[in-house]
Amino acid sequence: MYAYDEIDRTLVNERVSEFRDQVKRRLSGELTEDEFKILRLQNGVYLQLHAYMFRVAIPYGTLATDQLRALAHVARKYDRGYGHFTTRQNIQFNWIKLAELPDALEDLAKVGIHAMQTSGNNMRNVTSDQWAGVAPGEIEDPRIWSELIRQHTTLHPEFSFLPRKFKIAITASDHDRAAIKIHDIGLKLIKNEKGETGFEVLVGGGLGRTPFIGKTIKHFVHGRDILSYIEAILRVYNQYGRRDNIYKARIKILVHELGIEKFSREVEEEWQHIRNASLQIDDEVIEDIRSRFTYPAYEKLPHMPDELRQAAADADFEAWRKNSVAPHKVQGYSIVTISLKPIGKPPGDATAEQMDALADLADKYSFGEIRVGHEQNLALPHVAKRDLPALWKALDKLGLATPNVNLITDIIACPGLDYCSLANARSIPIAQELTRRFANHELANLIGRLHINISGCINACGHHHVGHIGILGVEKNGEEVYQITIGGRADEGAALGNLIGPGVKFDEVADVIEDVVEAYLALRERPEELFIDTVKRLGVEPFKERVYATR
Amino acid sequence: MPLVNGGKIADDRFVKLAVDTPLPESGDILVPAERFIAEADALLKRAGRVGVIWPNNRDIDELVPYLGKIAAVALVFPTFRDGRAYSQARLLRERYNYRGELRATGQILRDQFVFMLRAGFDSFEVKKQADAEAFMQTAKRYSVFYQPTGDGRITALHRRMQLRHSEGVGT
Repeated sequence: MYAYDEIDRTLVNERVSEFRDQVKRRLSGELTEDEFKILRLQNGVYLQLHAYMFRVAIPYGTLATDQLRALAHVARKYDRGYGHFTTRQNIQFNWIKLAELPDALEDLAKVGIHAMQTSGNNMRNVTSDQWAGVAPGEIEDPRIWSELIRQHTTLHPEFSFLPRKFKIAITASDHDRAAIKIHDIGLKLIKNEKGETGFEVLVGGGLGRTPFIGKTIKHFVHGRDILSYIEAILRVYNQYGRRDNIYKARIKILVHELGIEKFSREVEEEWQHIRNASLQIDDEVIEDIRSRFTYPAYEKLPHMPDELRQAAADADFEAWRKNSVAPHKVQGYSIVTISLKPIGKPPGDATAEQMDALADLADKYSFGEIRVGHEQNLALPHVAKRDLPALWKALDKLGLATPNVNLITDIIACPGLDYCSLANARSIPIAQELTRRFANHELANLIGRLHINISGCINACGHHHVGHIGILGVEKNGEEVYQITIGGRADEGAALGNLIGPGVKFDEVADVIEDVVEAYLALRERPEELFIDTVKRLGVEPFKERVYATR
Repeated sequence: MPLVNGGKIADDRFVKLAVDTPLPESGDILVPAERFIAEADALLKRAGRVGVIWPNNRDIDELVPYLGKIAAVALVFPTFRDGRAYSQARLLRERYNYRGELRATGQILRDQFVFMLRAGFDSFEVKKQADAEAFMQTAKRYSVFYQPTGDGRITALHRRMQLRHSEGVGT
């Protein structure tokens, strides 16, 4: 856990008081809605279909239990008793009243939580691997660097009014759980031949209307130079990124239009001016940040405790353990993923009661720490294996033990037309119907790893381009029509999916997805061949033939 | 539109000239970039100070040869969501060591003051009277800054280093 010091706390409080002034000026009419819009967006407040929506940052997906309880408190006191975890390590509240927002922010500030830059054309919440610091084989904890960058990007005096939003993600594992290749800047922590920490820097990834996979701009930037290198990228983007057309304003378009070689030359030239100056980070600074991360005092525990051996007789426990429990870097411990995808419910939602109860469980079983992943699930990062049976029982009571992590019902979906003013089509009901179709865990297990991503419009908040199966809702002649792609992925092998055929109506989506899955089961070479691998081997055609033959 | 200069509402000594306004005999003038570049010699010879209004899509490098001779640079925020001039300001102050007046013009609200001060602006054509009057109070709104810029405010990282060292001495 990172503990805010007095300096961080002061800044958060100063931001709350600034926002209070902005809300006051809006309510008194001193600010027009047009002026206020930009200011509220800088602080995570959108105007949605029914109400204001409030997006709170969970930097690099790490939460302490008092912070989770504060989120539960906001859900209960200012909203309708639940929150929605997003694909970028944020939580959204959908029914906030503008006049109460400053109070909600003040309540969150007490536990070091804020909503700075969770929307607007600025540098957004820095995201990272939800298994950071506990994943076996990780090079080092990427949250130290995430925190450094979080601070540097917070209220940046030069880059708070960019052409468009700007997202940074960091990973330090070979398996990329942070989706760095679909970010404006993706950072992969690596070591050079001298054993020094640095980053492979990717730039220009992003989804939306014109999706791009990020390209490597520099193979190694030393850790001491990472802030100046990011600054150089941002300075080039701030000056030359397009501002004439909102759909062409992301850095991916600038990189595409200039070409990565020319873009990287521009960045290099800017970087040479600033790299040996005040942004250079010395080891002491990194040490200081590291010193404010606390790590659990792990016990020496057996690899296979008796409790686990005994619980193995319970088939339901075993189903959950095999699905939701992952290896930890320390023997005797596990990482437990908590599915927020119960059958028939909106993906990513958690009630205030669930949040409170989960905070208690994290105190009891996970050294007071909770993580949030971009798949809209939570995790307890340090669970002793001997505690797994007891934890499972408690989670099951809360409806938080659905054993579907990474399976077909672990769907990523945006809020869609049920909430969002940008959406053209519903997302949540599609997800709900699909979870019902594949509710049988044996069937889901038989299908194996399969990610479905649903977006209710071209802005792609549900990351449909990179779903193994992607579903995009659009509007055609006043009707919701869904385009279906296959073969996308968001990990280290990131790729964009390909359309399998003409769009289908709302009522037909689940049938078509069932047909796609049936085609896969018939086409796969052996049970271990994952959906995504079958699509890679065979391409779209055989799927298209089977799915559309009878339509 | 009130001007804030040196932290207070002040009279604007500069007269803004259009591209084709006849040149006054004396007095301080602010001239559009294209006219300034075209007539620089003549403009700089006359009595009275010269400043230039520099658009946010024109390379600031072009202005660099004149920086020692001009009294003001006015950068432009066509809307407050267009932040290009923040980069121009920092380049002028931090890379080219420009020390004259650096004025923010366009849609300027109190909510940008701190960012602008940090980027090196010291003069502001503020859109609303109430915002101009709130300048001093708003400028002091923040006491913590994460980024080093040319304004010399101490950053959070450096404060922490100082704290570490002073604690180190004590123990």
